[in-house]
Amino acid sequence: MLMRAATSTQIRHYQRLWLYALCAMIFGFLVIPCVMIIPMSLSASNYLEFPPRAWSLRWYEAFFGSPEWMDSLWVSLKVATLATLIATPLGTAAAYGLSRLQPAVAQWLRLTFLLPMIVPNILVAIGVFFVFAKLGLNNTIIGLALVDTMLVLPFVLVTVTSGLQSFDVNLELAARSLGASRFQAVMTVTLPQIRGSLMAGGLFAFVTAFDEVVIALFISSGGSSTLTRRMFSNIRDQVDPLVAAVSSVLILTSIVVLIGMQVFKRRAPGES
Amino acid sequence: MNAHISIRSVHKTYGSFDALKQISLDIAAGEFITLLGPSGSGKTTLLQVLAGFVSPSSGSILVGGEELLTKPPHKRNIGMVFQNYALFPHMNVFENVAYPLKLRRVAKAEVERRVRGALDMVQLSQFIDRSVDRLSGGQRQRVALARAIVFEPQILLMDESLSALDKKLREQMQIELRHLHERLGTTTVFVTHDQREALTMSDRVALINKGAIIQVDRPREIYENPRTRFAADFIGETTFLPVEVAADGGALLYGEPLRLADRAPPAAGRHWLALRPEKILIRPADGAPSDPQINAIPATARETIFQGDSLLVIADLPDGQTIAVRVVAQERNRSLVPAPGQSIVLGVHANDTVVVAGDE
Amino acid sequence: MSDAVTAAAPAGDTGLLARAERRETIGLALLTVPGFVVVALLLLVPVGWLFALSFVDKSGALSFENYLRMTESVYVITFVTTFQISAIVTIGTILLGYPVAYLLSQLNARAAAICMIFVILPFWTSVLVRTYAWLVLLQRRGLVNSWLVGMGVISEPIPLVNNFLGTVIGMLHVLLPFMILPLYSSMKAIDPAYVKAAANCGASPLRAFWDVFFPLSRPGLFAGTVLVFILCLGFYLTPALLGGGRVSMWSMQIATNVSTYSNWGAASALGVLLLVVTIVILALLNRVFRVDKLYGGR
Repeated sequence: MLMRAATSTQIRHYQRLWLYALCAMIFGFLVIPCVMIIPMSLSASNYLEFPPRAWSLRWYEAFFGSPEWMDSLWVSLKVATLATLIATPLGTAAAYGLSRLQPAVAQWLRLTFLLPMIVPNILVAIGVFFVFAKLGLNNTIIGLALVDTMLVLPFVLVTVTSGLQSFDVNLELAARSLGASRFQAVMTVTLPQIRGSLMAGGLFAFVTAFDEVVIALFISSGGSSTLTRRMFSNIRDQVDPLVAAVSSVLILTSIVVLIGMQVFKRRAPGES
Repeated sequence: MNAHISIRSVHKTYGSFDALKQISLDIAAGEFITLLGPSGSGKTTLLQVLAGFVSPSSGSILVGGEELLTKPPHKRNIGMVFQNYALFPHMNVFENVAYPLKLRRVAKAEVERRVRGALDMVQLSQFIDRSVDRLSGGQRQRVALARAIVFEPQILLMDESLSALDKKLREQMQIELRHLHERLGTTTVFVTHDQREALTMSDRVALINKGAIIQVDRPREIYENPRTRFAADFIGETTFLPVEVAADGGALLYGEPLRLADRAPPAAGRHWLALRPEKILIRPADGAPSDPQINAIPATARETIFQGDSLLVIADLPDGQTIAVRVVAQERNRSLVPAPGQSIVLGVHANDTVVVAGDE
Repeated sequence: MSDAVTAAAPAGDTGLLARAERRETIGLALLTVPGFVVVALLLLVPVGWLFALSFVDKSGALSFENYLRMTESVYVITFVTTFQISAIVTIGTILLGYPVAYLLSQLNARAAAICMIFVILPFWTSVLVRTYAWLVLLQRRGLVNSWLVGMGVISEPIPLVNNFLGTVIGMLHVLLPFMILPLYSSMKAIDPAYVKAAANCGASPLRAFWDVFFPLSRPGLFAGTVLVFILCLGFYLTPALLGGGRVSMWSMQIATNVSTYSNWGAASALGVLLLVVTIVILALLNRVFRVDKLYGGR
């Protein structure tokens, strides 16, 4: 096995062991912090320890049993769902429009849409905080949802654009030559073909909005705290295993999302 | 022969699939040999084995008496022109061609001289400073060639190097490569699926199919005397007519005796007469009988297709098969072109008959 | 790009064709309007407001006072620290990310998909969760210290968090996938024939890598470097939680100026400067790439 060639220039596996070992260590560095929290959250003691001396679900009970935490969870879910529901159609429409427009015009528009990814979050946070203060939108779900929509729009745009790029335009043109209006052709031919990218974009948007912390720090507090906001205060003030339980829930959700993305990718063969 | 390259029982298996089946082939020094075959035949695999990018499951290859297979690809001193040329995009033409010399620590002045020499030989001297992405396909091909010969390798490999070029350029390059070979005298192994290309360029052609060598011969030999049905089919346009050979060596086609060439008669049984369109003469059915050496096969003309330099006459044979006959478009051949439905006789000279056995 | 179906209008009436094409273009542009409005209102307006705020001093008059104050040592320390950490983390991601991206690009599809999970999982896990995990791992009674003591490397726990080191480790972890992914994508696009050709020319595996593969991976490397560096500059979360107040990063200074001092002048000036630096670096990236194409990569 080790003697077999690893590359077409006949480098063998045993000559590359150092590379495999190095990468294994880096993979460990990447993944261990993510998953190690899960067993720690099952510890029965008041401190975080690994491995836990005694196992218990008490911190999960504390999390799910706490009205404040559940409120925050609910707020996060509402905000993320709203943001996704708005950003996905908006982003898809923009992606389609940009892909069919002349490049000269499109590239400036595209740049604008990508700005939320370029401008540092902290800037957006304080700017929005300032403006929302004047509008009374601070500490409101709708305010949060609007900002998150703006934040995740570029992600939807990029994902759907890449899906459109692997889509064969001729299919749409064929539909139109058969009598469909552009709108009909897009709804019945293009969108179904790229639905993998649409789902992926929506998922990306949801997760990004749900995980958002910095902006929530400024514009959500008290009753309208998002889950991440509450976690942040909790981490800052006390290193409580309850946060480990919440983190574990989030990690497991990430894993589910990852699997979901793979499923959507496979449903759309030949799409990037 | 005192072989320059001696391929001995090279075998390559991928899982349950045999890509190369105990291939043995001797290549003489300075020879231009083409590996010809359909895609998937193993010809590229064999070339990759020679270059060192594929390790055979068993076998050996001797070059000048030394075992080649134990050497890694970068120590084999073999020049190779890749199918898509693989010119380094971040280097210009000069740097690409100079690269093998740089690796061999050749002095700077010498590098310059030899690179210019190589580019002169492929007639690309004026592009010496150009960046690679501004070259056309034909120009890239020449640069790739220059890079492969600049370090004066003993062996040159070419992997379907002309297939990306358009027809005119391709034919021009075939002749140029032939001339280059005559100048350099490097042992060259050329891979292609185009039989016309193989016949044009090679000293010998090795026909390969399904991992095995079918026939190795000079171009004329392999064209005129294919040894198997596959060989007759792959090279040239061929129609196969059923021939019965009796125990006494006599051959029958559609019940009529068939005159064969003065060679050893084939064994008794069912065989195939391989007919090439250009070997057939057409005359009207009621015409005067001619030379007894010419076999007369009755047929009915169906249609004539104009193909520019020749006419293709499609005719139906007694057993229902269709045959194509090529008539060169010359004034004197006008009378030979039959009307649709006309009864004609196809004449095949005994020396032009090729009989091949059963299936392969 | 002119639409073939639209062009099937009766030939000869070019006015009709031109008008139809214009309508088409306007229709397509309209599709982008709702999204554009969202971005304009929620990004351009707030940032624009900040920009304006930065030029207003404490008394409400127009002035450069906020920017002049940026030369004070408390701010200079912040800039230096931020650049230091960003540089260190960026170099760290290059050193750790390049081998991983290389391996991923050379593996067969199945093995690559499996190994990708190790990169994608952290990528999809929230930054907050990952930062928290490092807080737990690096604390005095945390795993890393226990392991080091157990191995005999140190005799008692060392401060690994709430300081510069903890911040660097945490940021390295968060940003590593951002280096690996563009690098991987650029490496995957390198035709294996190039390395084979190099070997055929006589290059040993090491030479072939250095002379051919590495130069061709430079665009991805560059993209990853710029991306990671920019993300480092504006990073808030990880330094805030792992720095213990000892590490003064640009974004943190902005935050404290707002939430603690309500010093909008300083906060907005800092913010605008951060934005300007980010844009300049991105513009440089653009220039280098275009220049790259002109001279064929030399």
